[in-house]
Amino acid sequence: MEVSNRAEGLKETYDVAGRDFSSAGAASSRIKRILQQIGVDQGIIRRIAVSSYEAEMNLVIHASNGGRITLDISPDAVTILVEDDGPGITDIKKAMQPGYSTASDEIREMGFGAGMGLPNMQSCADELEISSEPGVGTTLKMVFMNR
Amino acid sequence: MKLRQVVNELNLEHLCGGDLDSVEVTGGYTSDLMSDVIAKAKKGDVWITNQKHLNIVAVASLLNLAGVIVAGGLRPDDATIEKAKEENVSLFVSDLPAFEVVGRLYNMGLRTNAG
Ligand SMILES: Nc1ncnc2c1ncn2[C@@H]1O[C@H](COP(=O)(O)OP(=O)(O)OP(=O)(O)O)[C@@H](O)[C@H]1O
Ligand SMILES: [Mg+2]
Repeated sequence: MEVSNRAEGLKETYDVAGRDFSSAGAASSRIKRILQQIGVDQGIIRRIAVSSYEAEMNLVIHASNGGRITLDISPDAVTILVEDDGPGITDIKKAMQPGYSTASDEIREMGFGAGMGLPNMQSCADELEISSEPGVGTTLKMVFMNR
Repeated sequence: MKLRQVVNELNLEHLCGGDLDSVEVTGGYTSDLMSDVIAKAKKGDVWITNQKHLNIVAVASLLNLAGVIVAGGLRPDDATIEKAKEENVSLFVSDLPAFEVVGRLYNMGLRTNAG
């Protein structure tokens, strides 16, 4: 697939507010719209939309003060960088396991907290790197190749 | 089949969004878990759910779903309907339990979307 020249070097950062369910999904929608405009393959757009949505919801639900999502488009790949300022993840291996969730009952009633977000991102992204420091924050980098 | 056919057959109340005569329904999915729906529902699906909060709109929009049927007599609030209008997501309600809605759609020939 090809990304048009116009898209080369495109980089944008979106702020995601914590606990704000009314605008949750806005960053993912914006990312999807940009990818559509530059004509990225539909299957890749779907994988990116799923992953950015899961990452965005994790910022809304789990990060104390929300966070930031950066979309970075190069001719070879789309990179999604997700950063927050805490509370961090103590056991990343555990967090990556399907079904593991620390979500509250209130969040679960909304249909979140199945513990499927990180596993979904893992299966959608070509590369996923996650690092976290308790008390400092979490950084999640996902790369999607423009095959 | 067209969305219109689904609406007529199930006697759905149409809250907002979409041109019923042009939107094509290609399959269906049912779940109340957001991470399950976002991973498995496909473009063109109708999504049958008992969730009625605002975030069903973002999911439906991101996946290009044909529409969302909130079943069991539940009603999304005004904020959700407003959001669905903004995103041009078709939102319906049914007094029938989710089981019944899904069963009727299956009888009409709708299946789980493979692609
Ligand atoms: N940005 C984050 N900051 C702190 N903790 C996080 C963050 N993202 C994920 N976690 C932790 O990892 C767990 C697993 O995340 P995952 O997205 O897989 O599931 P979930 O968000 O709990 O449920 P689901 O995504 O299915 O709605 C979370 O319950 C939470 O404890
Ligand atoms: Mg999650």
